[in-house]
Amino acid sequence: MALLQVDHMTHFFSGLRAVHDFNLAIEPGEIRGLIGPNGAGKTTIFNLITGIYTPTEGKISLNGESLIGLYPHKIASRGIGRTFQDLRLWRHMTVLEHVKMARYSQLTYGLWGAFFDTALRRKEEVESEHRAMELLSLLGVDHLADQLVVNLPYGAQRRVEMARALAIEPKILFLDEPTVGMTPEELVQIMAIIRNIHQKFDLAIFMIEHRLKFVMELCEQIQCLVFGEVIADGNPDDIQNNPQVIEAYLGKDAVEA
Amino acid sequence: MAQTKTTSSPLPRGVKNAVGRLFASVPLLGFLFGFLACVLMEMAVGDQLANLLGLSKMPVLFGIVTIFKAIAGLINTLFKGAAFDPGTLVHIPMALIYFSIVYLAPITIVTRLTSRLANSLADALQQTSLLFSALVHLGLLYAILHFWGGMNDYRLIVLKLTLIAILVTLSLNIINGYMGEFSCSHPGFMAIGAYMSSMFTVGLFVDDKVLGAAKLSFSLAYLSFPLALVFGGLMAAIGALIIAIPSFKTRGDYLAIISLAFLFIIKSLFENVQALGGARGISGQPNWATLPVIFAVVVIGFWAINNFVNSTMGKALNAVRDEESAAEAMTINTRKTKMAAFMFAAFWAGMAGGLLAHVMRYINPSMFGIQKLAEVLAMVYFGGLNSVVGSIVGAVSISLLSEALRPLEILKWIVIPLLLILVMIYRPTGLIAFREFNIRRILQPRRPESKEV
Repeated sequence: MALLQVDHMTHFFSGLRAVHDFNLAIEPGEIRGLIGPNGAGKTTIFNLITGIYTPTEGKISLNGESLIGLYPHKIASRGIGRTFQDLRLWRHMTVLEHVKMARYSQLTYGLWGAFFDTALRRKEEVESEHRAMELLSLLGVDHLADQLVVNLPYGAQRRVEMARALAIEPKILFLDEPTVGMTPEELVQIMAIIRNIHQKFDLAIFMIEHRLKFVMELCEQIQCLVFGEVIADGNPDDIQNNPQVIEAYLGKDAVEA
Repeated sequence: MAQTKTTSSPLPRGVKNAVGRLFASVPLLGFLFGFLACVLMEMAVGDQLANLLGLSKMPVLFGIVTIFKAIAGLINTLFKGAAFDPGTLVHIPMALIYFSIVYLAPITIVTRLTSRLANSLADALQQTSLLFSALVHLGLLYAILHFWGGMNDYRLIVLKLTLIAILVTLSLNIINGYMGEFSCSHPGFMAIGAYMSSMFTVGLFVDDKVLGAAKLSFSLAYLSFPLALVFGGLMAAIGALIIAIPSFKTRGDYLAIISLAFLFIIKSLFENVQALGGARGISGQPNWATLPVIFAVVVIGFWAINNFVNSTMGKALNAVRDEESAAEAMTINTRKTKMAAFMFAAFWAGMAGGLLAHVMRYINPSMFGIQKLAEVLAMVYFGGLNSVVGSIVGAVSISLLSEALRPLEILKWIVIPLLLILVMIYRPTGLIAFREFNIRRILQPRRPESKEV
């Protein structure tokens, strides 16, 4: 059984078919890509798996346990970390607070500890801070720990968001267009970071990406989604030469030419 | 003295810098010494000095009331043609002189002179546990409040109400500031706390027309007062649960409307239940809400609320406020977080309501209406969202302001909103918003050289 298994997932937004018969099996440690033109339903697939929407039909399971109908925070604490295309950082919090916050489900001191500052709480907060700093230094933003995220440059914000997603100790990480708006130098750096965390945590990664070069280089297996349907599934070479994919991206003329 | 000269300089920025430099090396302990000196001085010579300056009695709130009384006399002459005694205008400079001699001078001189002593004491306190150090500071603060409030009954009641206002503001800031929702039901929670704790104390220990004869009587009954307060707080928290369940499916304006509806329901409920005195309410609460009791409850409330908002559990509220979907995706149980915070805030509002009932020693439903809501909201938004220090500043300044402006009568309700509008324009989130309260940093000794490093 695969780590993450999605079978025949279909979703309708009140009559509009957003995703149709989507299948996916991600093994531990695998990097998989999902490409497709704008509006194809890529982010909807992320939202379906992470529990923001409940699929109209189909099965989703992580390590053999069904995720259907669970609250997003439950699904996340089972081991699915994610980043957002539009960087949903908390604008009044510092970098360190972001990463500590994502360790919420690992804290056991409860409300009692929160109100009365118990010894357990102090111990856990210190541990959590320690772990958060490790992640920040892994992503090269530990020197910004006390900064408010809104004051950081875009590339650093991306890294903070990734550190935050890693802090929940995921088994699989969902990256929603991790390179949007990045300069070529930042692109090279983020690629190195993704490779690094992939090896270090033996993490499975499922990413949506528009820059084909980036996906081709990182992913072992790629799916191409058009209008909610997978039109191609294979290794980077297959995808690159698949006429349907070229048509979807560049139009019919490009195929014939 | 040279120092007092610099403080009266007309340039605001120059004043700020000068004052900053003047007090740069003064730790909190030094300020407490300074205030204690002021209070002791006022106790010793306040009456004579007031006599000497031609003031009828010792100015109650730092002379502000005296000044506004004179101004109000002038305004009344202009608008209503009332008789005006120009002699009262002399009270304005006299009140200022009184303030300078009794407060300004001692605080500058004593804090400066004792800054070295205070720093070494603060150093010594740092070697001991944080708890001990905090208790010493609190003890001094209590002594100041005790002596200051002890000089005059009016002062004492203003002080008590201000302390209660601090607790209410802190608790409302959890919802409106940290959680970022707009809740209007806080006076309702206070009402529940006030009525329930009164039922406990009046119902059990006092012969009362509404709640019947005393069921118990023993001399140490006042020891049960914390129990009564907690009972009131818990009932308020249960009330919060009732409103939270339907309203947390909605956000923003909808929660404001639902909570406003809850406030009206609670108010009319108490108005119509004759067993609780109906519109006339309950009176004859035992005089148990003394200054030390209120001070202790407010300190404990402050401590617990500050603990909560500084924990990851509490900061989850900020995450929910700033980006709820990201909070969910980062394993935060947003429903539980919101619910817990809402009930926690209501609990402290209920405690504050219980205290209020036993300070006023009567309660009726009209005390917990829209006017109260406006007052509390003003305190929260004036002082600063998402900040416990801001809450204290807001509660103290609005309470004192509304007492000080009392002589202006109806004009008071033009001046205070005007001030609020100005704050909203220039500091939309309040005076001291988004600041964390770090008790260690506040208590530590201050030396200019260590600051520069």
